[in-house]
Amino acid sequence: MSTRLRIGIDVGGTNTDAVVVDDDGNVLASTKTATTPDPSDGIRVALEQVIVDVDRNHIAQAMLGTTHPANAIIRRRDLDAVGILRLAAPSSLAIRPGLAWPVDLHDAVIGKAAILRGGFEYDGQEISPLDEDGVRAFALDCMGSVRAVAIASAFAPATTEHEMRAAEIINEVTGGSVAVSLSHQVGSLGLLERENATILNASLFGIARRVVEGFQTALASHGLDVESFLTQNDGTLMTADEAVRLPILTVGSGPTNSMRGACALAGLSDALVIDVGGTSADVGILVDGFPRESAAAVEVGGVRTNFRMPDLISIGLGGGTIVTESGASVAVGPDSVGYKVVTEALVRGGSTLTLSDIAVRSGRLTGFGDVALAGGVSESTVSAALAWVDEQITVLCDRMKASRASMPLIAVGGGSHLVPNHVSGIAEVIRPANYAVANAFGAAIAEASGAVDRVYRYESLGREACLDEAKQMAVDAAVRAGADPDQVRITSVAEVPMTYLPGQGCRVQVKAAGPLKG
Amino acid sequence: MRELTLDDLDDMVIGATLLGTGGGGDPYIARLMVRQAIEKFGPVQIVEPGELDPDGLVLTTAVIGAPTVILEKVPAGTEFVACVRALAAHLGKEPVALMPIEVGGMNTLIPLATAVEMGLPVIDADSMRRAFPQIEMTVFTLAGIPAAPMSVADEKGNVVVFETTTNQTAEKLARASVMQLGMANGISCYPMTVRQVAAHGIQGSMSYCVELGKRLNAVKRGEEGAFEEFLGFSGGKRYFSGKIIDIDRRTTAGFARGTVVLEDLQDADRVMRVEIQNELLIAFEDGEPIITTPDLICFLDYETADPITTETLAYGQRINVIGLPCAPEWHQPGMLELVGPKAFGYDVDYVSMEGVTA
Repeated sequence: MSTRLRIGIDVGGTNTDAVVVDDDGNVLASTKTATTPDPSDGIRVALEQVIVDVDRNHIAQAMLGTTHPANAIIRRRDLDAVGILRLAAPSSLAIRPGLAWPVDLHDAVIGKAAILRGGFEYDGQEISPLDEDGVRAFALDCMGSVRAVAIASAFAPATTEHEMRAAEIINEVTGGSVAVSLSHQVGSLGLLERENATILNASLFGIARRVVEGFQTALASHGLDVESFLTQNDGTLMTADEAVRLPILTVGSGPTNSMRGACALAGLSDALVIDVGGTSADVGILVDGFPRESAAAVEVGGVRTNFRMPDLISIGLGGGTIVTESGASVAVGPDSVGYKVVTEALVRGGSTLTLSDIAVRSGRLTGFGDVALAGGVSESTVSAALAWVDEQITVLCDRMKASRASMPLIAVGGGSHLVPNHVSGIAEVIRPANYAVANAFGAAIAEASGAVDRVYRYESLGREACLDEAKQMAVDAAVRAGADPDQVRITSVAEVPMTYLPGQGCRVQVKAAGPLKG
Repeated sequence: MRELTLDDLDDMVIGATLLGTGGGGDPYIARLMVRQAIEKFGPVQIVEPGELDPDGLVLTTAVIGAPTVILEKVPAGTEFVACVRALAAHLGKEPVALMPIEVGGMNTLIPLATAVEMGLPVIDADSMRRAFPQIEMTVFTLAGIPAAPMSVADEKGNVVVFETTTNQTAEKLARASVMQLGMANGISCYPMTVRQVAAHGIQGSMSYCVELGKRLNAVKRGEEGAFEEFLGFSGGKRYFSGKIIDIDRRTTAGFARGTVVLEDLQDADRVMRVEIQNELLIAFEDGEPIITTPDLICFLDYETADPITTETLAYGQRINVIGLPCAPEWHQPGMLELVGPKAFGYDVDYVSMEGVTA
């Protein structure tokens, strides 16, 4: 009997990790190499190392989580010039596209912009008929000056027609020489934020194509004829072909893969996850195996967007956090020696009192250095610093929890020794064995998904019928994305009532996910 | 007359969010509108009533609709200009200044963009100095000034102008028009003379909003003594520092109603309950009301001092609950019937913040 194997690869800021996982979630092989200036090199090396002792004939799929696109935006490098076509006039003229963008990113990305007649009202009526002649003129204007066009129409998440028609016209006029990104495929309600996300998405087309080609070439060069996927911000998969069209949906996948990987390694689907590094600690929460998403607008490279991102809270608490004694009082952080803790900490022969020294003195951390070198630190300092750590972690966990119910806490990261074994409101603190490759594992176990975000008026069909329709649409979308129809499940339903007006207008957001069909 | 600077605008945005008392719509979109309008038409001029002809006409403008729709159907700018022009034409008189109805939430900033487009100054006054959900909830209603004639316009050129017999009817007609016009519209109402603004308006609202925002920004930057200065300026008081332990939301007739329960950070036996109807309306401690509408209940993030809006409330959030006394102009006969706890359906008596010290 043959087993199906999956490769998961995660390209982070420092390391590129890879794992091979079987159908039951067992890690058969893992490796960690340095991320390279051209990340494709690191991917090739990690791939080569991880499949050495694995029967490559059994490998069916390969999943990649990568920071390439996020870095391109942050560094304003390798971004394509984009034309922006907003279909909403006469509405929205008071705020032009790109108005709130940082100047350097605006200069790097935004080539042309127009607001034309088109778009829809909340109830599905046209704001105006689509200005097809205007779209043609814009398309002609774009040829030779921009690589891609971002199209955003008012209420596109509910009514896609004008975006689709405008894309058709642009393809006709340019003969496909200008790529198109449609806002309803990128983001949810909130025209300006969705437009921003669509512009960023279009600017990443070039780099996304290079990443995917690099990934597929690396796979092919090892004789791996497998399906290839990229992981999204929400912890689910896109096919590599889809990722070329929607690269913006991958920019937050790092923390998501880390959280999902940690949870799955611990055998849980509902838990808090704390990732403690040298300088900071991030806490997130998984509900039904997926990270809870942030309610607030998420900025990428200084631009406000509205796509799906995991809700994380970060504080300055890590293994390298500096502890200062002044008289009877003890101050902790926010300064940190960061990754230099391995040479700077007292117990390693350094000269800085860090939380790692406190952890060694208290017995929370063993085998890290010589406890005698921190012998001069008073008992009261140790207990004061530990009390601070415990208080911070308790508060952090409490802020992230969705209710008073007790939950397990999974502690990962190089500084996770600081997490006490008992935290108030936490059922159990779990430290999974393979956490060093949690990110790559998270990529390997990702599922296919579908989502719906639209406005309903409950008085016409009734609430139940509207919710049922939205759920079915999400399930269908997940199946189209490759999920096994027998195993798809609804993973979240959110209703946001529309305020300040009578009637039962309601924004409905539904997500469905399921394992890939074999 | 003075020019509003871009720094003032940043302070005004955070001040407006605070005066939204949890509701009032996100001023972010309105701030972008003002920025574009200033780039295109020039700076915003703020005037005092004393600088204008007492018989001159003052018109208001605001956005009316559903915040969720406004996020998608971003304003054109023309809907505000159109409703002001329509009302002026109906009255047969040109305005000498525009005025916000509601200094609190996004409507604080909308008149600024309209005023620069129309080449008019903005008068430093309003009729709420906080957010309220209905048009008749103004000090002008208390003074017997009618909301009508009023106008509602969309971005396409559709305009309605109507006369009504009561401000409550005006509210109903305005909402009904908005339902038919895309739920993101401009409204102009309470036409009055400069003299009436001086006699019955809340004076200095725009400046108050900027000054309040400036002090809150100082708190956010962690400046020493800034919090005391913020409370001293506003006559406010910190009533509670707690974390949210329960939140219950329900929607009826267009209102996001809800109840949020906070537990004191030090003493788990101290609990505060706050009632929400789009805005934060009443705060109870141990079952006793301690801050009541029209005084303002403001939630500030415990760590960052950011004002928190009701849509983003979540379990575990740590919050400083601040009470700010409402504008003194509210304290006159009829206040409680119009905007007191009972006006929102709560069988609770108003608790004055007067005599309260920080």
